[in-house]
Amino acid sequence: MSTIISLPDQSTATLPKRSYLNSEYGLKSWLLTLDHKRIGILYLIVTLFFFCIGGTMAALIRLNLLTPGGELVAADTYNKLFSIHGIIMVFFFLVPIAPAVLGNFLIPLMIGAKDVAFPRLNLLSWYLFVTGGCFELYAIIWGGMDTGWTFTTPLSTHYVNTHVVSAALGIFVAGFSSILTGVNFIVTIHRLRAPGMTWFRMPLFIWSYYATSILFVLATPVIAITLVLIVLERVIGIGVFDPAKGGDPLLFQHLFWFYSHPAVYVMILPGMGVISEVVACFSRKRVFGYTAVAFSSVAIAVFSFFVWAHHMFIMGISNYSALVFSLMTMLVAVPSAIKIFNWSSTMYKGSITFDTPMLYSFSFIGLFTIGGMTGVMLASLGMDIHLTETYFVVAHFHYVMVGGMVSAVMAGLHFWWPKITGRMYPEPLGRLAAAILFIGFNLTFFPQFIVGYLGMPRRYHSYPPEFQVLNVLSTAGASVLAIGYLLPAVYLLWSMKYGKIAGANPWQAPGLEWQVQSPPLTENFPEPPVVDFEAYDFEWLANHTKSEVQTVG
Amino acid sequence: MSEPTHHAHTVVHPKVYAAVFGALLLFTALTVFASSLELGVFNAVVALAIAVIKATLVVLFFMHIRYSSKLLKLTICSGVFMFLVLITMTLTDYISRAWGLW
Ligand code: HEM
Ligand SMILES: [Cu+2]
Repeated sequence: MSTIISLPDQSTATLPKRSYLNSEYGLKSWLLTLDHKRIGILYLIVTLFFFCIGGTMAALIRLNLLTPGGELVAADTYNKLFSIHGIIMVFFFLVPIAPAVLGNFLIPLMIGAKDVAFPRLNLLSWYLFVTGGCFELYAIIWGGMDTGWTFTTPLSTHYVNTHVVSAALGIFVAGFSSILTGVNFIVTIHRLRAPGMTWFRMPLFIWSYYATSILFVLATPVIAITLVLIVLERVIGIGVFDPAKGGDPLLFQHLFWFYSHPAVYVMILPGMGVISEVVACFSRKRVFGYTAVAFSSVAIAVFSFFVWAHHMFIMGISNYSALVFSLMTMLVAVPSAIKIFNWSSTMYKGSITFDTPMLYSFSFIGLFTIGGMTGVMLASLGMDIHLTETYFVVAHFHYVMVGGMVSAVMAGLHFWWPKITGRMYPEPLGRLAAAILFIGFNLTFFPQFIVGYLGMPRRYHSYPPEFQVLNVLSTAGASVLAIGYLLPAVYLLWSMKYGKIAGANPWQAPGLEWQVQSPPLTENFPEPPVVDFEAYDFEWLANHTKSEVQTVG
Repeated sequence: MSEPTHHAHTVVHPKVYAAVFGALLLFTALTVFASSLELGVFNAVVALAIAVIKATLVVLFFMHIRYSSKLLKLTICSGVFMFLVLITMTLTDYISRAWGLW
């Protein structure tokens, strides 16, 4: 069933007098806030700061690869560039951005709660994150690290003399911020749902954030301990990973990937939640197969713990074990495929509008599918021997992480921007940026599939001249991408002051968060909401708006 | 609707804590004693078994899980389960690494 979208008249909308943004003023009111919405914004500022650092490193990497000789930077410097890029982008941007920013802001609003279950813990996790970030900045400024984001032993423990210790400790500290956020979300979703908000009335966004939180809580302690072991190995030589002392370097790989594979799903599941909301809203239809999508999130979370050794196929692990892990890896692609199928079916016969968030969702669906399918290619043992440690792998994970997750983050940011700030971003520029990002992304990373397949290894600062054409294409794409990111940065900042006033529900979406004023009150709901409708119930919304007198705080 | 929000606050008698504390000390002594025996590979097995029992006692009594809701028990179990996954799946590699080398 579908209803035609008819956006409310925004020329008459006014900004509410009182909201979480103007309830208190001053730096202190932000740094000591317990409001989940403000904490979300604090996270947004810090993660975007790290995104700029990571992005700068990426630009330098691509510039260096413009010429086969690697004339721009020395080999050592190049190693540091990609290590900083990877560590910052994974641990300080992509892992926190969706859960800690969008999750913090939206979970209580979507389930009809006043705040998260433990507001103080929430603030503490932001401070832990910032502390971890400071360690990382220290490591970078005082000379950087060159282990790659994977901290491979024995390289990281025996052979490099860069700032591995502070880099590892930074991730250790920031890891606790992830764990606390995860605990907080789990308890919030269990305990603070509004009356009537049953598990199967929750938006799919909440399901995917619930799955993400499980991953946070169960996987992050392992990386924390593993990095401490690295530090101890370097500092006092305890020998867990040192064959000379009876240790095993592969043990490090097992421990590291036991976290890091689930972590790649931390970096995609929240995105999937965003896409469910956006696709439903801009198709004016309930998500097709709600339960299947909900359970596929949980299935992804559970199965992702059984596949980690696909990162170790060429490292000399047992062939039998590799077979099992290869099979499991192919199976874990199934729940993701279910989601893609269901979003496509949601759009089928929906009344689709092509606003910016929806354009980003299209990017997500296409690019994530390519990324996922190449993942299945890498999961097959024979193929992986040819492709591992080449640019093919680099292209694979950028398709899922940047093409998938960053697109989803952009979709979410634009979709909820009116809720967060009370103002609209300029729609034409939004669409333009989405198009630029799509083109720039493919131009950057598709050539990397080819050049990787042809045999160009990753993590080298120079390459044979016959690969130059593809590398130049890729660098050209990276400059398009840069424009694509700068443009939203500019117009989003601009819109905070000059954007059109959005009104409570600019997209005519049925979620609870859209039934309150934008920006919301500090306490979110003037009175506790009672939920008597299913998720994505556009009929309910249509009746509701007809018979309602709008009340604004 | 959601699960019952508050589990009954059972008052645990100090005697229980004392007994658990005593048991923990006893097991510690046992660990030390067992390490002086010559059991081959079983030295590690015995030491680990004792450690697991001690940890279980701490979780059940000192951390009050014995008196907590099913949901909290499930939470603890999921952590243990994931830990077992980590160990067993890693062991599949170590155990079969030398099989039929080709
Ligand atoms: C959809 C199913 C997926 C499958 C079957 C899959 C499979 C694989 C395999 C087999 C590898 C190892 C390649 C090698 O090093 O030889 C790999 C690497 C990687 N994948 Fe995926 N993947 C999937 C989804 C994802 C997602 C959703 C993400 C992140 C959002 C992701 C991020 C990564 C990263 C970061 C690496 C490289 C790690 C490194 O060595 O630096 N993958 N993937
Ligand atoms: Cu993986």
